[in-house]
Amino acid sequence: MDANEIRKVVLGELRRIAPELEEVAPAKPLRDQVDLDSMDWLNFLVALNERLQIEIPEADYRKLGTLDQVVQYLAAKAR
Amino acid sequence: MERPPIIRKSAAGRRVPPSAPLSWDEARRRLAGLPGGGLNIAHEAVDRHATGRLADRVAIRWLGASGARREITYRELAALSSRFAHVYRSLGVEKGDAVFVLCGRIPELYAAVLGGLKCGAAVSPLFAAFGPEPLKTRIKLGRGKVLVTTEALYERKVKKVAGDMPTLAHVLALDSAEASSMLRSASESFEIERTTPDDISFLHFTSGTTGMPKGAQHVHGAVVMHCASAKVALDLHDEDIFWCTADPGWVTGTSYGIVAPLVQGVTSVVDEAEFDAERWYSILEAEKVAVWYTAPTAIRMLMKGGAGAAKRRPLPALRFIASVGEPLNPEAVWWGMDAFGLPIHDNWWQTETGGIMIANTAAMDVKPGSMGKPLAGVEAAIARRSERGMRLLEGPGEEGELVLRAGWPAMFRGYLGEEERYRRCFADGWYFTGDLAKRDADGYFWFVGRADDVIKSAGHLIGPFEVESALMEHAAVAEAGVIGKPDPVVGEVVMAFVMLKSGFEPSEELRLAILGHARRRLGAAVAPKEIAFATALPRTRSGKIMRRLLKARELGLPEGDTSMLEEGA
Repeated sequence: MDANEIRKVVLGELRRIAPELEEVAPAKPLRDQVDLDSMDWLNFLVALNERLQIEIPEADYRKLGTLDQVVQYLAAKAR
Repeated sequence: MERPPIIRKSAAGRRVPPSAPLSWDEARRRLAGLPGGGLNIAHEAVDRHATGRLADRVAIRWLGASGARREITYRELAALSSRFAHVYRSLGVEKGDAVFVLCGRIPELYAAVLGGLKCGAAVSPLFAAFGPEPLKTRIKLGRGKVLVTTEALYERKVKKVAGDMPTLAHVLALDSAEASSMLRSASESFEIERTTPDDISFLHFTSGTTGMPKGAQHVHGAVVMHCASAKVALDLHDEDIFWCTADPGWVTGTSYGIVAPLVQGVTSVVDEAEFDAERWYSILEAEKVAVWYTAPTAIRMLMKGGAGAAKRRPLPALRFIASVGEPLNPEAVWWGMDAFGLPIHDNWWQTETGGIMIANTAAMDVKPGSMGKPLAGVEAAIARRSERGMRLLEGPGEEGELVLRAGWPAMFRGYLGEEERYRRCFADGWYFTGDLAKRDADGYFWFVGRADDVIKSAGHLIGPFEVESALMEHAAVAEAGVIGKPDPVVGEVVMAFVMLKSGFEPSEELRLAILGHARRRLGAAVAPKEIAFATALPRTRSGKIMRRLLKARELGLPEGDTSMLEEGA
């Protein structure tokens, strides 16, 4: 799966949790652009994990601030 | 593994002797009072320290989400809050006017709140995760005159409802050129409004089963209780580093995130970022936190990562951990022993009580799963109320409503504009909390459940009516019933059952559209996490939705007495 496909999956899962989401600035912190409480954020990461079968250890959560960071992180692990 | 029902403490294991119980009178004597008479929380919290031995002590150590760091001394906080007070005055704020504060955990928030208190305003901090509807409802009910916020929050949350808040005379965006110029040119000294212990200080909104949120009015005299409880229930000592993880948009974050530690003269850590397990452990370690006041949801999220992550950090400074928001399960108390070598001390209070009422204190043995015992000066009991009056239940283990003898210093003095609703909370000199509980033979209190349909999610009360109202504004929704569905991490999640209008068919697309609608209006903290379609909602014969029955059906529990049920539902 390439980065573009991963981006689609990430946005799709994000919209399942926050359907009100319109456009996302990929380099800006996600949580400044969309209201995600701690539970939404965990549900989002768990959904990505299930959908892509990629482990996301809790220690890595802080590396996942922006859409670009999430996509890059997952793409690197998907290889 | 079999765990004993009590964690005994021994004097030998203590580095610091626990604080002795403090009576209200003793706490009163620790306060300065306004020069020339009167009592004002901001004076007790900052101004008196700013001219004394604590002037150069760090009051707030702020940790920015992206790594910035800022320290504000008591002297600086006194000066900055005075600047805010002048700005409010210049905007026409007089004693008794309402100032609302809506921003993330940024340093200016603290000065903005204290500045409002200096003016004698009723200060109402709002949670930044609320959506436009809850914000509008609260500002309207509270007759807000000034709203302090940021440009980003104004754009995202306030702008679309700004035309519907007629009392709001001014919005002050902290990061605007206007605000910085007003603050810069304001004086650093301000003569605090001569408030009395009975004058309104804070307006905290809380939720009930029916109707819109209630604005609980608090007074400056509450500071007596903040002083005593910080000492006894949180074991705060001079020179402690304290970290209260609650957001000031909720009462815990105001009473114990702003007022109590400042009154005590300690250094508070304020973290701007959202919960992150690794970040939290590194804050505990690097900032040498001695006393940590957090919440069950956060503790359970830390537990998911295992005790190993905590044990990798040496935390020699950490001495006392307390938790509030919802009952802390015994496993979490024991996990504290495993992860930190310390029990986690659960305590109990609510928006209306203004301060901690019942606690497992540093001096006490801890019963995991219990909320502890009433603090000195607090009288708590278990009671049952009927149409003929009330009856105290004295026997150990008897379940009933938790009641408190009215008159403690931080007791709320009214629900704004709803005198009847306030009066109904009291009977025979007791305040009825709405929580069901029992007391054991040793005098420890145990939470049993809520007496009403209010939802408790991540320690925050959510009124089902407010959520249902927002759902019913969607074009496809005919009716909605909202319940709290038990969840192992956050206690309860908001779950909505919606009945569609004719012409609409259930689909995943429609479900997401309704969810998006609710989130846009209510914000992530209040909107449902789950939405299910229903073909009928159970109602009483008088037409009220029976949320209790919806919940029982969802959970597969016995439906109980359904004699009031409308036929066919």
